[in-house]
Amino acid sequence: MQSLEEFRIDTRAWLEQNCPASMRTSMVQEEVVWGGRNATFTNPESEVWLQRMAEKGWTCPTWPSEYGGGGLDKDQAIVLGEELVRINARPALTSFGISMLGPVLLEYGNHQQKLEHIPKIVRGEIRWCQGYSEPGSGSDLASLSTKAELQGDYYLINGSKVWTSYADKADWIFCLVRTDFEVPKHSGISFILFDMASEGISTKPIQLISGSSPFCETFFDDVKVPATNLVGRLNEGWTIAKRLLQHERTMISGFGLSAGQSDNGGTTSTISSLEGAAMHYRGDNDKLSDPVLRDQIAQFKIDAEAFAYTSRRSVEESKQGQGPNATSSMLKNYGCELNKRRYELMLLAIGSQGLGWEGEGFSDEELQLTREWLRSKANSIEGGTSEVQLNVIAKRVLGLPDILSLAQK
Amino acid sequence: MALVLSEDQQLLKDSAKSFCEQNAPISVLRGLRDSKNEQGYDQAIWSQMIELGWAGMAIGEIYGGFDFGYGGLGVVLEETGRTLVSSPLISTVLVGATAIERLGSEVQKQDFLPKIVAGELLTALALDEHTSHSPSKIATTATKIEGGFSLNGSKTFVLDGHIANTLIVVARTSKEADSEQGISLFLVDTAAKGLSITRTIMVDSRNSSNIQFDNVVVAEDALLGELDKGFSGLDAVLDIARIGVAAEMLGSMQAVFESILEFLKQREQFGVLIGSFQGLQHRAAEMYSEIELCKSAVRAALAGLDDPESTQAELAGLASMTKAKLSEVFFLVSNEGIQMHGGIGMTDEFDVGFFIKRARVAQQYLGDASFHRDRYATLNGF
Repeated sequence: MQSLEEFRIDTRAWLEQNCPASMRTSMVQEEVVWGGRNATFTNPESEVWLQRMAEKGWTCPTWPSEYGGGGLDKDQAIVLGEELVRINARPALTSFGISMLGPVLLEYGNHQQKLEHIPKIVRGEIRWCQGYSEPGSGSDLASLSTKAELQGDYYLINGSKVWTSYADKADWIFCLVRTDFEVPKHSGISFILFDMASEGISTKPIQLISGSSPFCETFFDDVKVPATNLVGRLNEGWTIAKRLLQHERTMISGFGLSAGQSDNGGTTSTISSLEGAAMHYRGDNDKLSDPVLRDQIAQFKIDAEAFAYTSRRSVEESKQGQGPNATSSMLKNYGCELNKRRYELMLLAIGSQGLGWEGEGFSDEELQLTREWLRSKANSIEGGTSEVQLNVIAKRVLGLPDILSLAQK
Repeated sequence: MALVLSEDQQLLKDSAKSFCEQNAPISVLRGLRDSKNEQGYDQAIWSQMIELGWAGMAIGEIYGGFDFGYGGLGVVLEETGRTLVSSPLISTVLVGATAIERLGSEVQKQDFLPKIVAGELLTALALDEHTSHSPSKIATTATKIEGGFSLNGSKTFVLDGHIANTLIVVARTSKEADSEQGISLFLVDTAAKGLSITRTIMVDSRNSSNIQFDNVVVAEDALLGELDKGFSGLDAVLDIARIGVAAEMLGSMQAVFESILEFLKQREQFGVLIGSFQGLQHRAAEMYSEIELCKSAVRAALAGLDDPESTQAELAGLASMTKAKLSEVFFLVSNEGIQMHGGIGMTDEFDVGFFIKRARVAQQYLGDASFHRDRYATLNGF
């Protein structure tokens, strides 16, 4: 068996050979690789990098190799992660298949389903979207009413979803549907997968306050889905749904981490770090001249640093245990609040130059910041609001009595 | 840098926890306060702590210590924080032994450290001169005289000053009163002539004192570290002490939080447990999150202290991050400790009051949150 040190040496050598030069620079928004049937590569080296990483299964390092994953153990995956960070490598592939669906499919899917879907996630061939929220079911997700009726060997699906990220670009959807209306709400939900190219599906982008449209409304009108696409058991989809949410929260809590990290430099841009931006726009040399802002930035950075240690500790602790758990709610909540705080401070740091909307008088970077600031407001709503995370912490971590179950009595 | 405890550290923590619960509960501090105990700590308990080896935890084996690192001393401090143990652990072990081991000559180390490990000597750091921590603002002077130095000036907020055998005095040997240059440290016997130590009774019932130096003469070999260049070494010792005090604060805030949770789960109003109210649940969940961050900060800082590759600048950053964060969160948790217990939290009979009193002292000791945010900003170049 190969020692961890040998693995590191081999990995380093392989990355040295195989990671293209432009993939060792900080990621720019337009070059994020989402994969899928209609994948586009603004930078041709992105495609090379994806192919090489996918071949080794390293887009999903710890997934079993029988389904195309890297088959690495946790320690090896950490080494790989460290080596990627060492050369500032970009993620070869970003997808909801990797961060959300894959882990639960490996846990709850049958062999056939894994065989069909996992390798395509690893290789970035299919882009997934998430059919969770509905117009009438936001924080109270389990009240969802998109209906799936069994008709012979397929389900007939009717209803609508909202806040479906990139539904207009996705190839497949993992979707929560109601398969029983007669039982308590949590007990009649199933988890099903289907092709977005199916007859009867339409999507409509939603324009956000930031001006962009990452989310859609998604409508299902007599969509036929093979019955074999149901994951896990009929009416037991809520367990899978919650598990997937834990993975989603872990992913989103990364925003807070990157908020802290991007704040420690990494790019040469004038607005990459809060203190750098604040001093640059004020013309300060060695000390930030606004003492209140200076104090607020210090407080932010201290929290971001302590949060980064907390994320790391959570990884170290889960090495003995099992993947993400209820503490993912804490990390999600704190990480999102940190990210929002960072944007608010960044606006204060660059003053009126951070308030432009379009056109002359502002750099692209400044205009992008305005939009990102607005977009960050969704961080504490998507993937379960901060209030829902606090409910989960109170109930699952602190063991406090559940007012909702009291209310239902 | 490991952010989870090693097996040895966990064992030590468990044994410290059970010792404090059984032998040094909060009722001991209450007793010291109510009986107006002159020592301000329980000597029998201190002797037991010595027997457990706690005084030699971070001291090297060649000086009689156990070389268990600050990670070891940190978990002990965390547990003593849970039951608010009043003992010379901070003044003598965390601060005194560290200062002597880091800054002392071989002779001084051989002379002092084994005595500290054996519980035969108590020390106190005479540093602050103002109402808020400002370690370079030193006006107390040490003037060179024939064969030694003569000390004049006054000190305040000196932890354990009135029970110490030896003071570590921060004095000015040159330059102006707020310069980091020209600062020197001296080991001064508390029996020295011209020294007057007045105990002050503090809100947290722990020891503190004001000290007056009136032509106190010490020999040349009383100098601890380099003449005029004492500040950098002092600051490094203070950083270790700040991290250790933060570890103690971590234990204290966890004790308060556990008490809050217990109360939320047993107190009924309006016919239901008050812990079912979202207004309280969310505050509890937010406190939990903040305490988790505190735990990580303390673990990271202690691990940093035991990592031989850490630079002084890195440790300074870790210390200020940790002390600032812990001071803020202990403030929050101690306030919520009163509010969420309602009327009972205001009674002297209930223990939570001891924690809010300790919180304010610990927050200010060796720099409050604002001091450390300012220092953190400076360390990070803004």
